[in-house]
Amino acid sequence: MSDIENKELKSNAFLVAISAVLLGLLAGAVLMATIGSNPFTGFWYLFRGGLMNIERIGNTLATATNLMLVGLSVAFAFKTGLFNIGASGQMLVGGLCATIVAHNVFLPRPLYLAVLILSGLLGGAIWGVIPGFLKAKFNVHEVVATIMMNWIAYWSVYYFVPAYLKGPSLETESASIAISQTLRSPWLTKIFKGSYMNLGFFVAIASVIIIKFILDKTTLGFELKAVGSNRECAEYAGIKVNKNVILSMMIAGGLAGLAGLSFYTGYSRNMQIGVLPSQGFDGIAVALLGASNPLGVFFSSLFFGVLQSGKGFMNAMTKVPPEIADTIIAVIIYFTATSVMFKRIWEALFKKVSRGKKDKRAKAAAELQSSKEVE
Amino acid sequence: MWVTLTQIFPYAIAYTIPMLVTSLGGLYSERSGVTNIGLEGLMLVGYFASAITIKLTEATLGINALPVGILVGVVAGAIFSLLHAFASINLRADQIISGTAINMLAGALTVYLARTISGSGNVRIFMGIIRKNIPFLANIPILGPLFFSQTYWTTWLCLLIWALSWVLLYKTSFGLRLRACGEHPSAVASAGINVRLMRYFGVVMSGALAGLGGSVILVTYSGEFNGTVAGLGFLSLAALIFGQWKPLGILGATFFFGIATTIANVSQVIPSLNVIPPVVFKVFPYIATLVALVAFSKKSAAPKAVGDPF
Repeated sequence: MSDIENKELKSNAFLVAISAVLLGLLAGAVLMATIGSNPFTGFWYLFRGGLMNIERIGNTLATATNLMLVGLSVAFAFKTGLFNIGASGQMLVGGLCATIVAHNVFLPRPLYLAVLILSGLLGGAIWGVIPGFLKAKFNVHEVVATIMMNWIAYWSVYYFVPAYLKGPSLETESASIAISQTLRSPWLTKIFKGSYMNLGFFVAIASVIIIKFILDKTTLGFELKAVGSNRECAEYAGIKVNKNVILSMMIAGGLAGLAGLSFYTGYSRNMQIGVLPSQGFDGIAVALLGASNPLGVFFSSLFFGVLQSGKGFMNAMTKVPPEIADTIIAVIIYFTATSVMFKRIWEALFKKVSRGKKDKRAKAAAELQSSKEVE
Repeated sequence: MWVTLTQIFPYAIAYTIPMLVTSLGGLYSERSGVTNIGLEGLMLVGYFASAITIKLTEATLGINALPVGILVGVVAGAIFSLLHAFASINLRADQIISGTAINMLAGALTVYLARTISGSGNVRIFMGIIRKNIPFLANIPILGPLFFSQTYWTTWLCLLIWALSWVLLYKTSFGLRLRACGEHPSAVASAGINVRLMRYFGVVMSGALAGLGGSVILVTYSGEFNGTVAGLGFLSLAALIFGQWKPLGILGATFFFGIATTIANVSQVIPSLNVIPPVVFKVFPYIATLVALVAFSKKSAAPKAVGDPF
């Protein structure tokens, strides 16, 4: 019985996700139509822009890398009942730390990569652990705290980059990192024909596996999930809630920091000031659509990666502005938030269908009965 | 020092006012029991709608295009906030997620439309409000130069709205009911009052006032829609918290934050302010808000039922 219920719940989450995506794409189609473009051509170029050749697939995977790590960060915090809306700030700090390392640390490649990855991880973790601490010790709501941390990071980067990492030409961005100091790798660049594809992808895949392992197979994961599903109950069972809240935010921050690493020292090679990375918010969509499950995050980040990396091509081939992709993502988030609506609709539909089946079965049985009686 | 002060004060007030009305909007929403982190997006919608309206009408309406544009900005903000109201009140959605969606949707949709209408993501208007000295009051020593010289009429409009809101929320039975919806909605419901309707009012007011805030940015110091309000909506949210969800508190908080922002922006130009790095002033509001949250954590003034669906 419980197995069946579980299945129903799971299929429900899946249905909600699919409904939200469909409505998001529908909203995109309506928007394209309102400005006089053909939605079918628009979507054709959008998806072709993300997938039509090996270079574009590489770019899509590189875009998905950032989204995967941020999505994982948000999803991980969700599991502990925390809302990490500060992934943007954690990305910025992680990226800043990694950029500083990339400019100043020169070591043999494997050792260097370890230091680089660690710096991004640490930067994000520090930015995440502060709201975690404030939540645990002073009951400061993590949503407010992480929003504040976002803007502290934004302004810190805004003044730090021109002062210490300034490029030769522009005041508004840091100096480009030498390719050999980035996460890009000659063999990857060769396979993907010069795309942005970089080693960050493997960092993201490893993170998905490790986070899945932590959540499913370790005591820590069990405790985190227990805190997330019922704080009081977890406390009563002797789980240290505060410690887990701090740990969860630290790990979530670290994952977002890795996204900063892959974005600023892999996908791009410099940091622009005055930009709060939008991936931090797209990551919320990734986590929601992936039902906060690491595997779900993996697949939904690929989907959003296609949208985000195909929009430029679509804009070049049609007159649809590239912001259509962000609009679709925002609509998807909105409809996942209102999932109750879909659940009701689908449930009503299912009930009708299953009732219909039952009626048929009853009818058939009755007929059988009557035919037997006739005999 | 005095000269510096008279130089930066008009700017500080110009920065404060959009934040003040937006924060006031947040006050309506959160007092009625609906968390609204979508203020940034609602501001952006007002900013965009007023820019497009003024751009399209300034040739025919002349100077009257400005109030028309502001009005359209207010209405657009109110309409856009219905999305948040519907999700959080009727569908019992997670209000943080819905607010995030509002921010993202506003950011994408306004630029999408701006690109379609004007070709680029920016919408420039050619008019702005002319600053005026208030007769007689501008001649008062000390206060005159600080508060009554070189002012925009929108500043006085917004302060009037602030004062009226204070009266509405704290001196009328309607205000008491609205605030009660954020503290103990079931008690309000048992008194025969429609909690959902009250919350709709709160959210729509937040949309209208944030829209006004966005429009004010345009007609006072910006003059161009450029696709972002650069975190001013989140700063307003911080002011709402730092001001402990009280009208007088948010007036003080936004003014405090406005001065900090101004000092950071002009410290390059005015040597006497150059001793402290501008980043300190820019991050100050956010750190101050975190400190306030820690300091008041024992007896938070936040509405008790804020964020709970009813």
